[in-house]
Amino acid sequence: MAQPILHVTGLTMDFGGIRALNNIDLDVNEGEIVALIGPNGAGKTTFFNCVTGIYQPTKGEINVYNKHKGRQISLLGMKPNQVTQQGLARTFQNIRLFSQMTVLENVMIGRHCRTKSFIIGALLRDKRTLREEEEIIQKSHQILEKIGLTRYENEFAKNLPYGAQRRLEIARALATEPVLLLLDEPAAGMNPQETIELVSLIQEIAAEGQSILLIEHDMKLVMSLSERIFVMDYGKRIAEGTPEEIRHDPAVIKAYLGEEVDA
Amino acid sequence: MITFQELKRSFFISLWFVFLTFPIMVIRVDSIEKTVQWRWMNMLYVAVGAFILSLIFRYMMRRKEGQSADDDEETSTSDQHLIHRWLTVPRYRNIIYGVMLTLALVLPLVFSTYQTSIMTTALLYVVLGLGLNIVVGLAGLLDLGYVAFYAVGAYTYALLYHFFGMSFWIVLPLGGMLAAVFGILLGIPVLRLRGDYLAIVTLGFGEIIRLILENWGEFSQGPSGVSNIPRPSFFGIDMSLDTALIYIYYLMIAFVIFTIFIVNRLQNSRLGRAWVALREDEIACQAMGIDKMKTKLAAFSLGAFWAGIAGVIFAAKTTFISPRSFTFIESAIILSIVVLGGMGSIIGVIIGAMVLILLPEYLRFLSEYRMLAFGAILVCMMVFRPQGIIASVRRTYTYNKKETADGEGA
Repeated sequence: MAQPILHVTGLTMDFGGIRALNNIDLDVNEGEIVALIGPNGAGKTTFFNCVTGIYQPTKGEINVYNKHKGRQISLLGMKPNQVTQQGLARTFQNIRLFSQMTVLENVMIGRHCRTKSFIIGALLRDKRTLREEEEIIQKSHQILEKIGLTRYENEFAKNLPYGAQRRLEIARALATEPVLLLLDEPAAGMNPQETIELVSLIQEIAAEGQSILLIEHDMKLVMSLSERIFVMDYGKRIAEGTPEEIRHDPAVIKAYLGEEVDA
Repeated sequence: MITFQELKRSFFISLWFVFLTFPIMVIRVDSIEKTVQWRWMNMLYVAVGAFILSLIFRYMMRRKEGQSADDDEETSTSDQHLIHRWLTVPRYRNIIYGVMLTLALVLPLVFSTYQTSIMTTALLYVVLGLGLNIVVGLAGLLDLGYVAFYAVGAYTYALLYHFFGMSFWIVLPLGGMLAAVFGILLGIPVLRLRGDYLAIVTLGFGEIIRLILENWGEFSQGPSGVSNIPRPSFFGIDMSLDTALIYIYYLMIAFVIFTIFIVNRLQNSRLGRAWVALREDEIACQAMGIDKMKTKLAAFSLGAFWAGIAGVIFAAKTTFISPRSFTFIESAIILSIVVLGGMGSIIGVIIGAMVLILLPEYLRFLSEYRMLAFGAILVCMMVFRPQGIIASVRRTYTYNKKETADGEGA
């Protein structure tokens, strides 16, 4: 059995007296699409923030499988940029693009962690730096082509239509060559047409073997995309399984619809 | 065109101004003869002036709003296009640069030493502005204590000469590097701060450096400052004051070109992009794998480096420095240069420095009103062109060009 690329055990996060995450265990295997769902305030985004190093969890282990080293690497205590270096790239629930930069540049920033040149390189513009710069532009261009944003390439990110901004976030995350792509509500605020396009985009990305962990409220999207669903409520896991199992799980139904008072 | 409503508003505005300026414009107390002069005519001038100006201001505002209602983005970019088209087409660009360079080189031959000396000061502020532009314009870190690095550079030269007799050319890089070290020293504790908080800490840092220089007598000679600093030498040739000033002017031109060259390269590099990303969104920037610490410290130290260089030249130019040359007002002027010129735009900063340093000089004929006029110009500038004289648009263009090159290659 291959190792899971993301292996989280006993993850707990306290904010003062509030336990936002309670003993979460979650694995994502290579090439898998896993959805993380739950009512508002269930702790889904907190989970993302812990995994990507924005929060330091109170307890628990977060490991990512490093292919080059052939073993699990603990992400605890790492800064967000180091986590990205290790191959976890994310998007944000409320879009966080670099609005005063062009679309191409936004994606080029994603290449930052896979390139090296610094002050000396910038000043000398030696062969290696120029080659690296060339490579950044090429790769970014390719990614934009794949995501279908080439025609906006030189627009400021803030001038893009909403759906395109969401896609650009995905493009930017893909530019970091992630082992696992974390999508935080990619379809939030999209119209039905945009959502359909997004689903096919995610399917395309997944078809290339990209592992994806996504948070989403749009159940149609979750059911059609994910191979496994992980349901949270009040910071706890309440169910895990295939879309079919989750659909009929009493605990999930209870969390979403509530209980009948007189039952 | 002008409605009754507007006339009424302007009327009240002029009344208000009359009221505000009454004590200084109308009453004059002659303390020798113990009489009070009432200058009622001044009141009329103020009233009429305020009335007309407020109408003009309102008209300009309406025109501006009308424009932005059309399309904010379109209009703001279209006039930039003109300037930037001139600067991006290589043939035009070379002509413009050529003309600018010849003008700069001819200037001391045509004008008096006084004019040349003012110009040297303006060029000094160009270097300072370009340095601060890295920190504020690109990386978005509001630094109100920038003058501290300027002081570090100036005192490096003054004291190294005073104690060890080191020459200008040896100290020049040393001053820059020492300022860069101070930049890192300031940068480390403020890594987690942003916006207003960062501004306050940097403001404090600037004051700390000045107070140290003022109070540590044995080290810096205190408030009396360091005098008799030698001007830069030119292969040991003795120069008269005039020639020396012209020599420094040419040196300054060379330094400005050097600075533009370096800053331009930094701006268009992987590091420059990281700075802009940091300015736009710090969390997203980290999530994209940019090391916040490294990037911020690079911005602080590279920004400070230029202030250090400028400081050394300043000390050499004036031959006397004291802590009073490095007060907060200097930081404020440098910051105004960056904001007024256009954050993140090299050409903008150059023009900003010229305007802000030369304008007060040439407004001297207005004598006591010159600072008033200067202030009014700044306010109007920020109301009608908040993005600065020349807003930065470098990105679209450079990448556009590269992109088409790629397209042909593929």
